[in-house]
Amino acid sequence: MSKRVSITVSVNGQSYTQLVEPRMLLSDFLRHELGLTGTHVGCEHGVCGACTILLDGRSARSCLTLAVQTDGADIQTVEGLGTIEHLGRVQQAFRDHHGLQCGFCTPGFVMTITDMLLHHSLDTDDEIREALSGNICRCTGYEHIVNAVRELARERASFK
Amino acid sequence: MKRFDSSSVEMRPKMVGQRIKRTEDPRLLAGVGRYVDDMTPSKTLHMAIRRSDQPHARIVKIDAGEAISVPGVFAVFSAADLEDEVKPAVPISTMKNYYATPIWPLARGKVRYVGEPVVAVLADSRYAAEDALEHIHIEYEALPFAIRQVDAVADDAPLLHEEAGTNVIISREFARGEVDNVIAQAPVTVRATFRMTRKTAVSIENRSYLAEWDRRRLALTLHSSTNIPGIVRDALSNCLDLPGNRIRVVAPDVGGSFGGKGSLYHEEILVCALARKLGRPVKYVCDRLEDLSATSQAFDQLIDAELAVDEDGTLLGLRADVIGDIGAYSIYPWTGALEPVQVVSFLPGPYRLQHYRGRVRGVLTPKPPTGPYRGVGRPASTFAMERLIDMAARKIGMDPVEMRRRNLVRAEEFPYRTASGLIWDKSAFQECLSGACDLADYPTLLRERDDARAEGRWVGIGLSSYAELTGIGSRISVAPGMPINTGTETSSIRIDATGAITAAFGIASHGQGLETTLAQVIADELGCRLEDVEIQHGDSALTPVSSGTFASRSAVLAGGAATMSSRVVKAKVLKAAAHLMNVPVDDLDASEGLIYARNSNVSMTFKEVAHAVYSQMGRIPREQREDLIASETYDPYFGTACSSTHLVMVEIDPQTYGVTIRKYVVAEDCGRIINPMIVDGQIQGAVAQGIGAALLEEIVHDESGQVVTASLADYLLPLATNVPDIGILHIEADLPNNIGGFRGMGEGGTIGAPAAIANAISDALSPLGVEIHTLPATPERIFQLVRSATRNAEGV
Repeated sequence: MSKRVSITVSVNGQSYTQLVEPRMLLSDFLRHELGLTGTHVGCEHGVCGACTILLDGRSARSCLTLAVQTDGADIQTVEGLGTIEHLGRVQQAFRDHHGLQCGFCTPGFVMTITDMLLHHSLDTDDEIREALSGNICRCTGYEHIVNAVRELARERASFK
Repeated sequence: MKRFDSSSVEMRPKMVGQRIKRTEDPRLLAGVGRYVDDMTPSKTLHMAIRRSDQPHARIVKIDAGEAISVPGVFAVFSAADLEDEVKPAVPISTMKNYYATPIWPLARGKVRYVGEPVVAVLADSRYAAEDALEHIHIEYEALPFAIRQVDAVADDAPLLHEEAGTNVIISREFARGEVDNVIAQAPVTVRATFRMTRKTAVSIENRSYLAEWDRRRLALTLHSSTNIPGIVRDALSNCLDLPGNRIRVVAPDVGGSFGGKGSLYHEEILVCALARKLGRPVKYVCDRLEDLSATSQAFDQLIDAELAVDEDGTLLGLRADVIGDIGAYSIYPWTGALEPVQVVSFLPGPYRLQHYRGRVRGVLTPKPPTGPYRGVGRPASTFAMERLIDMAARKIGMDPVEMRRRNLVRAEEFPYRTASGLIWDKSAFQECLSGACDLADYPTLLRERDDARAEGRWVGIGLSSYAELTGIGSRISVAPGMPINTGTETSSIRIDATGAITAAFGIASHGQGLETTLAQVIADELGCRLEDVEIQHGDSALTPVSSGTFASRSAVLAGGAATMSSRVVKAKVLKAAAHLMNVPVDDLDASEGLIYARNSNVSMTFKEVAHAVYSQMGRIPREQREDLIASETYDPYFGTACSSTHLVMVEIDPQTYGVTIRKYVVAEDCGRIINPMIVDGQIQGAVAQGIGAALLEEIVHDESGQVVTASLADYLLPLATNVPDIGILHIEADLPNNIGGFRGMGEGGTIGAPAAIANAISDALSPLGVEIHTLPATPERIFQLVRSATRNAEGV
């Protein structure tokens, strides 16, 4: 067993210091070391996007990131966006538009969309679908998710 | 305060039919849902599996000596170590000439597909368990095998199960009339060999299992990402020799299934046996490589079919010879008959057809077992039949819509007995066809296509009409004598002393929103508020027998049972309230949590009634007092027809041979809709999977029996950029004769989409004489077809 390394990482605004094996995936670290099981693992090879989190403000695959790479970094996961009692804006839009069925891919979508709303043009449905093309949903067929993002994008536009 | 008169009572707001937001959503959106892998009790042992890398081989020797000494490893098991711990699961059936392949948790004596579990390692982390896998040395003696179904059916093909004496363990025929004569004398015939290739469900949550052994009660709990907890419980009770009150299977939040989690798996038996043996929780989470190698697969059907028609387009006769590839085992509990038999029983479709013969053989090959996947045999049967209809239409120069219009069963012909013996009770076949055309504006689409074609673009229109049976009761079984009951569903409702309402079911919602839709039904029938109903499901301990959620059954069966039990409880509530309010019971009704007298201001809440019944001794006379509970079981006996027409326009890029969907509409008759948002979501999701089956998805086993599509970079799933907006028309026509008037739905998209898209591509390439007979129609396949057609045309 390789020597464990100490990392200090901020997750949803709270700082954690832990010893981890260098090979530990960030997804496993978040889920099993920190108990933040909202981030899900779908493929472990970076294709499905279910594991998407925000790493220093930009979306990243936690299954393709090693925990040791996040020493000193700032991570946001779906748990940081809202609670059952107070869903965040993106989460609420998903609820309003029936943008989830089994819910397993949903945290990944919500984090990706949080990033896209900050950094991407989402003026047309084509742009929205392109922005979502790094996240796989097997349940919804995407249309209701696109509807949710269209509403969020219009809202963002009206703030400008 | 309004006075109620009898007419305004009927206008009270109904929950059924409304776009109620789902009660499941807040926990799932906030990231606090609970899927199996989210649970790790203390002292959990994590399992990794060494799987066969041979398609067919005798296991000569397993040497795990080094593996035990890998840091973190606790134990290593092979089949021999579990001989006394488990009995196999046997997928019995009374079908003639059938062999029920016993299913053991780990391979015994030999392996029969790449991916079959051979050795289990338990360690204090999944990382350590996987480390150990590399240190297990297995010596195999390779055995001959036939990987392709056409080879496996041969009399001299190497046998996967010697005891069966053959690889063909399923064999069935449906026939009516004199089809050989009819075809021999028909003016027009069309024929082709259709191939729908192997698929797998790919839920985003991989299969995950956690078994906990309670040493105090000698009882087992299996947390399983399954959609059939009741079936698994009953099977494990046999395998592990544990009575049902000491084995419980719970499906918590489950991340999709589509049928892939709808069978009993080796690993479920394994984690339970090992947890009991070791007295520690045992967890196994399948990874995606394992999922694509070893989870059940589907749709792998070879259909040689011929259709005879008259010059006026009337269907005369249909005959088909089908070979279904059922993988290496007859799957438990459905048996290998599940898919192949449905191909030939549904092949005649929603059409008027007197003469038919459909023969099917289900053949064993060294692949993971064929199991349920959305649509089961109907996507393949619809693909073949709808292609034949279009081929015939083209041959006689008739518009494909008109061809269908002439042959779809009409309203006055219901109930209609199909040539394979299915009964269509009544469903809006014709209305779905015309509805889809109207919604798509078919005449305008035709002009657009023709204009594009004139410019040399490859644009085509295709449609498919299909019918299926949903909400099936006890009269119809997937395989006669199979070891489960799919025909009933139970709803147990109780109002407790605090006035809280709990409704327990045997279904297992895994994305369908049944916690919401069943609450909608109950709110309407019982008269309570939606938010006061707690739906319990996905737990074998809730009802004496349960199966789960599959085969588009839950709305019909659970909705029907919920209706029945709600009415019983409501009657009890009103009877108690009548006594408490001193009002005749017939003057009372309940709505939105209030029991009220129609002709006065008097009312009580459910909570007040419950308190009086349960907690105020003597408030209700002893001889009248009843608990506010009911448990009812519903069996619709037959199934209900559900039908739809899909209409699609595609364009094929002449450089990349990629297919873009320009327009997609669905007209569906699914009876009384409980929640339109949820129904739309099911249609959209199923169409997306149908697009995947039509254009993208294929599990490939090469000639050496290796699965070469074992990552999501090889097995391609539809993305947001592959799936168009879908125009949906709901036709809530003549409601079926079941309680509630619901039809089951959810599988239609995978049934209708591949056929419609195949027809559209064939239409687009018809100027070149290209016909689609194999799906998926990948760019490579289209390229080859175009190239070969072009060469033929040039006389090359």
